[in-house]
Amino acid sequence: MYWNSFSDFIAMGGYGLYVWGSFGVTALVMILEPWIVARQRRTTEQRLARQLRAEAKMEQQP
Amino acid sequence: MSSIHWFKYSAPSTFYPLAGKLIPWFWALFAGFALAGLWLGLLVAPTDFQQGEGYRIIFVHVGASWMSMFIYLVMAFWAGLGLAFNTRLSGMMAQALAPTGALFAFISLWTGALWGKPMWGAWWVWDARLTSELILLFLYMGFIALTHAIDDTRRADKAGAILALVGVVNVPIIYFSVKWWNTLHQGASVSLTKAPAMASIMLWGMLLCALAMWMYSIAVALMRVRVIILERERHTDWVKELLSSR
Repeated sequence: MYWNSFSDFIAMGGYGLYVWGSFGVTALVMILEPWIVARQRRTTEQRLARQLRAEAKMEQQP
Repeated sequence: MSSIHWFKYSAPSTFYPLAGKLIPWFWALFAGFALAGLWLGLLVAPTDFQQGEGYRIIFVHVGASWMSMFIYLVMAFWAGLGLAFNTRLSGMMAQALAPTGALFAFISLWTGALWGKPMWGAWWVWDARLTSELILLFLYMGFIALTHAIDDTRRADKAGAILALVGVVNVPIIYFSVKWWNTLHQGASVSLTKAPAMASIMLWGMLLCALAMWMYSIAVALMRVRVIILERERHTDWVKELLSSR
């Protein structure tokens, strides 16, 4: 382990803002993107299933 | 090798379940590489004698920059394949890769700005490396905007493919910009022709972080291509069956 204390680790030798600003935004993007895609998948499946049921209903009517 | 029928998986109906099976494996690989890379990069690697602790931005910056260029090449490859052979899956692959590539181009520019400020004294300079990377972001955004502006998916794929292929010229410009022009940006720390210009612990941390981003890109692109397949193949029997069975 390179660091002496946790506050040393956070301070990053005075570069804390730059280092954590980089890692933080990268982590945020890499959490949000898969979350958005997973949500897209759920909504797409629901919408297509709904359309399918609506079409099936239309066909049953004389 | 001949027993594996690769072309079988070029059909959306067979690729869809295959992608579904592969996604958890790529997430697992991502987690492993990311933990190892961050452990080495943030907890084990010593300080840099010139840049102090500020150099640690390298562990996200280099991987993101590599992926932004590499994803563009892969995207252009699929786009070109679709243009040449009219295969359905190719256009979907290109579509699925573009947002991830754009996000990595953004991360590259963002972390570059946060690195440039303490080291060069400026968030941004109109330097060859930085400017060509910004153009890469605009190419991704142009590809996404163009393909979404055209309703007919075949036409959208074709138009997008031409844009993607024309834009490929930008990738070697980014890569070699630090050699061809006098730039503020430092030269390549790692190249195939000479020994890496950094300590091996730093190098391993950087490579593991880059590998993690690679696995992430595959996982998230496969997730997205599955959504695109569902959307585009919604009138086929296999998708109808899939939807009604849930």
